[in-house]
Amino acid sequence: MRTFSYVRADDVDAALRAITDEPNAKFLGGGTNLVDLMREDIERPDTVVDITRLPLAEVEELPDGGVRIGALLRNSHLAAHPVIRSRYPMVAQAVLSGASGQLRNMATVGGNLMQRTRCLYFYDDAAACNKREPGSGCAAIGGFSRSHAVLGASASCAATHPSDLCVALAALDAIVELRSSRGTRRVPLVDFHRMPGDTPEIETVLADDELITAVELPPPPSGVSRYRKVRDRASYAFALVSVAAALDVQDGVVSSIRLALGGVGTKPWRAYQAERALLGAPATEESFRAAARAELADAVSLPHNEFKIRLAESTIVAVLRGMS
Amino acid sequence: MRVNGEPVVLDVPPQVSLLDGLRDRLGLTGPKKGCDQGACGACTVLADGERIVSCLALAVQYEGREITTIEGVASLPDGAALQREFIRRDGFQCGFCTSGQICSAIGMLAERDSDAPPTRDEIREGMSGNLCRCGAYNGIVDAIEEVAT
Amino acid sequence: MTAIGQAFDRVDGAIKTTGAAKFSADQTYPGLAHAALTHASTARGRITEIDTTDATRVPGVLAVITHHNAPKMKMPSVGLMPPVFGTTVVCLNTDEVHWDGQPVAVVVAETQEAARAAAARVRVSCSPLPSAVDFSTAEAKPQKNSMLQAGSARKGDALAALESAPVAVDREFTTPPHNHNAIEPHTTTAVWDGDRLTVHEPTQNIGGVRRTLSAAFGVPIDKIRVVSEHVGGGFGGKGLVWPGTILAVLAARVTGRPVRLVLTREGVYRTVGGRTPSVQRVAIGADREGRMTSLVHTSVTRVGRTGGGPEGVTIQSSHLYDARNILLRQNIAEVDLLANTFMRAPGEAIGTFALESTVDELAHELHMDPIDLRMRNEPTRDPIGDKPFTRRNLRAAYELGAKEFGWEQRTPQPRSMRDGQWLIGWGVATAFHPPVHLVANASLRFSTDGTALLRCGFHEMGMGAATAQAQITADALGIPFEAVRVEHGDSSLPAGPMAGGSNQTGSVAAAVHTLAPKLRRALGGEISVEALARKRKPYVEVSIGADSPLGRATGQARLMSKFLRDRRKGVRAVTGAQFCEVRVDADTGEIRVSRWVGAFDCGTVINPKTAASQLRGGIVLGIGAALSEETLVDPRTGRIMNPSLAEYHLPVHADVPEIDVHWLDEPDPTMPAGLLGVGEVGVTGAAAAVANAVFHATGKRVRDLPITLDKVV
Ligand SMILES: Cc1cc2nc3c(=O)[nH]c(=O)nc-3n(C[C@H](O)[C@H](O)[C@H](O)COP(=O)(O)OP(=O)(O)OC[C@H]3O[C@@H](n4cnc5c(N)ncnc54)[C@H](O)[C@@H]3O)c2cc1C
Ligand code: SF4
Ligand code: FES
Ligand code: FES
Repeated sequence: MRTFSYVRADDVDAALRAITDEPNAKFLGGGTNLVDLMREDIERPDTVVDITRLPLAEVEELPDGGVRIGALLRNSHLAAHPVIRSRYPMVAQAVLSGASGQLRNMATVGGNLMQRTRCLYFYDDAAACNKREPGSGCAAIGGFSRSHAVLGASASCAATHPSDLCVALAALDAIVELRSSRGTRRVPLVDFHRMPGDTPEIETVLADDELITAVELPPPPSGVSRYRKVRDRASYAFALVSVAAALDVQDGVVSSIRLALGGVGTKPWRAYQAERALLGAPATEESFRAAARAELADAVSLPHNEFKIRLAESTIVAVLRGMS
Repeated sequence: MRVNGEPVVLDVPPQVSLLDGLRDRLGLTGPKKGCDQGACGACTVLADGERIVSCLALAVQYEGREITTIEGVASLPDGAALQREFIRRDGFQCGFCTSGQICSAIGMLAERDSDAPPTRDEIREGMSGNLCRCGAYNGIVDAIEEVAT
Repeated sequence: MTAIGQAFDRVDGAIKTTGAAKFSADQTYPGLAHAALTHASTARGRITEIDTTDATRVPGVLAVITHHNAPKMKMPSVGLMPPVFGTTVVCLNTDEVHWDGQPVAVVVAETQEAARAAAARVRVSCSPLPSAVDFSTAEAKPQKNSMLQAGSARKGDALAALESAPVAVDREFTTPPHNHNAIEPHTTTAVWDGDRLTVHEPTQNIGGVRRTLSAAFGVPIDKIRVVSEHVGGGFGGKGLVWPGTILAVLAARVTGRPVRLVLTREGVYRTVGGRTPSVQRVAIGADREGRMTSLVHTSVTRVGRTGGGPEGVTIQSSHLYDARNILLRQNIAEVDLLANTFMRAPGEAIGTFALESTVDELAHELHMDPIDLRMRNEPTRDPIGDKPFTRRNLRAAYELGAKEFGWEQRTPQPRSMRDGQWLIGWGVATAFHPPVHLVANASLRFSTDGTALLRCGFHEMGMGAATAQAQITADALGIPFEAVRVEHGDSSLPAGPMAGGSNQTGSVAAAVHTLAPKLRRALGGEISVEALARKRKPYVEVSIGADSPLGRATGQARLMSKFLRDRRKGVRAVTGAQFCEVRVDADTGEIRVSRWVGAFDCGTVINPKTAASQLRGGIVLGIGAALSEETLVDPRTGRIMNPSLAEYHLPVHADVPEIDVHWLDEPDPTMPAGLLGVGEVGVTGAAAAVANAVFHATGKRVRDLPITLDKVV
């Protein structure tokens, strides 16, 4: 790891001041991604601004029936929170399917949104990678591409966003609250992460001096919800495919549907096309399959991830079948 | 910070991990470095009673916190019992992952909010952040189950 | 009551559960400096420039050593038995790069952090040389026969018999490269005192480390002490000396400081060889009653151009089935990659996957129960050499395993057992491993307090070796288990055998059995405190072997003659039956192993607790190979792309079910105390049992490991 200086911020203003004043500074949450990448010499901040002691670790119930989750809340505390468990079980399931007990005790909500891809070539500084070094090429094309995206990829990059939590947040229409010295703005989670396009190095709409302060969830959708993760071992592995779904069926017809996918998209993937196909359709295996196919119609695969198109389809169908 | 109940001063540059701080500076070599990537759990310690991987923790970040390593777990609830049952149920072979397994088990049991004893599947899922290449998994689950019921 | 056969707790339990056990990275010395490696990222090339300016500037750096300033070193002569070093390349004595990941610089600094930071700042430019790194296209040549391993074997005309067989299956299998992934990374702490050298090193081969360092640094062997009290897992990966060890000692010599080098996890992948990938063909011809008329097993594996050895992929196929005609042939491709090396059950781990999958396919063809088919072809003497088996009761192992597993409940048709969303499959396969038998020096002392001390430089990497030897010694001397102390893992003790080939327990036991009567004689015929009192000495000690040039030469001669004598005695092997149940998600293809029974014919079991753990540990490794493990070597560059425990998927707790192990507990008449090594046999047959169960669950036959879900949906 390169040398860097360490600043601890005790309140939001101090954090914003530090990130603006210190050159090449980065926020430090639980460190589970940033420290790893710094050790690999992939992230090279000159200063880290420790934000873990900011008073932003609460879950607050909002008057409209939604909740506001502080960005510094630990993943484990999020999953264990009674309100989250009872009203947003999909969020708790998503968090608990990710990483390990130890990592969830460290990782923060904000850090989870900002974690970077696990693409093997991104992690290897000897390989060409447009995300790590813009313009250097993409070694994953023609290389190992099992973890890569079939939706949203560009010629420059096909890396997936590895988060589980974000998939649930995408399905739930979460709003991300961002603060900087310029003020506060609110961005829907589905717009927070960017498609790679020609600039895969720019992953989110967050400005360099902006802090994620909270994630807000509107009141939960009606019906039942579920997060299902499919991976290469029974636990402690990133998703090959994951599905976050909330489904309500009235008189055999889909009256409300939220669907988001992980592991298959270059960002947490809200499956709007599938939702459109399903709303008002009979809650049958045939509709579920047709909806899944509609979403995956534009999927493009690399040599090792073709199976994800089939797997995403069958997982979507299995999840919806299990809920209806 | 406090380590195993004693106040200690750990004056290290920010790039030093809690793991290296404990091992190289404080001589607490019970926590092990298996990967330095958060991927094996051998470095698990307890921070204010919660299990964390100390390799991805910067020591400076833990100023003022209460850290417990394997060297100090005997005085925690379940600590000594787990140590005893790991031996009785052969919950280790080479012993390199063992410090992490025991600390993780203490943390996992403390995280539970149910009074019912954990099922074996629950233990397995909860302990999956602790790899054991020797494959002592059955014995480890036996030991934890024994202590938790 | 005898100590052998009792489930004693491990003697090192207390120190290993409290963090008190000192592993090699836990040794401290005043003035200890830390080292880190810089690796090349070219498959083959010549270093044109190596820029250390930035590295040297990192505060706390003591030295940056490259081929420009490293003292000359030398590797010991090749052809030593057993082998001692992993690669012939003397790193830092050459400007040539032979594999992606070869160390090209070692940095020494006051702290670990500084050493690592500086190592990342050494800039290396290479001009590439032509290289062949893609195993799938590399040219393979037949393996020559050697004293250690036959490259080919035949009986009759198997190819003709295959042609004319009424029923035949002819299949191709592939297995990927694997890495050992002991959780303890390779670590060397080196301390020079004048020309005396002390090295703390987790190794399975104390003698090999000593020999290699003696040659490399031109120091007499007896000036080198290697300490390896606790090894944090080996699995073959710590059996040979790899560059890190030599470079740590070099760093200590250059800086004049005690130096510790802990390889990063990536460093382990880049500098310590793993298991070769393989392509295998297995073809079996049989008559309609299932009697095998032809068995063909051929393989291609790889070695590095600068080291590595042949993988005995077909060995089990010359011992398992009484086929009338047999053809076995192993081929080797040379590539510009890091040398391969042995990994737990080398050969049989992957060889049994292909063989036992094919037998299952044949059973399916014949509409026959796979156990029944195996038993119809169970030989009474070794099928090729016609030698006797020293013991073989595979039939009884199958009976025991089938009963414990409830095999008779199985419905033979694939996809015929289901539990909701889960397709259930039951699979079975034969386990086979021939433990080797080496020689050990040792000493045994009896003291006035009635205790015995066994001293032998054997290796404890989790097998429970110290505990087992205490039990064996207790019985040999007729004293209680608690009265025996064992010292091990240090070259200042009488030299133990290398730990490999499941030999160690037996080899050391043989030494104990030689020493016990000697000690009895020395005490006047009786081992007791009274007898010792009559001698008026604080203790009496007897020993075999000596750590002198003559002693070492005698040891080598003893080893060779034992090896040859053993071979004449017949075929000695552990066999077993592996039963597993898998559940496959009907929608996603996720595979979970949900039940396991292993029944083994493994000779006397010294300690049921630790033996069960050894067998289970092997099975867990086999489950990993079956379902998830694969080292990803980029065929374009020869670079390992998943050098990390996050991306190389070892089985985790949630992947491993209850593993129920059983054994017959019948002694092997040719072995001390009747024991056979159980360290490796658990791996064998395991991947095939899983593959066979997956076929039974889904109707899909997967012949390429690992069996990931995309191959079954
Ligand atoms: C072995 C392993 C396995 C894992 N498995 C999974 C998995 O299965 N599923 C999964 O979802 N995740 C997984 N993770 C990733 C883990 O969830 C993330 O590393 C974690 O969520 C990041 O949170 P953190 O607080 O530690 O972030 P940090 O590492 O502290 O920070 C990550 C990034 O976020 C930025 N940042 C942090 N907080 C803020 C903020 N409030 N505002 C603006 N920027 C901020 C930092 O500057 C940094 O760039 C795994 C990680 C490891 C090491
Ligand atoms: S897929 Fe993206 S992250 Fe991976 S190598 Fe290509 S550009 Fe880099
Ligand atoms: S050393 Fe920390 S998780 Fe492996
Ligand atoms: S006991 Fe060796 S790694 Fe767990």
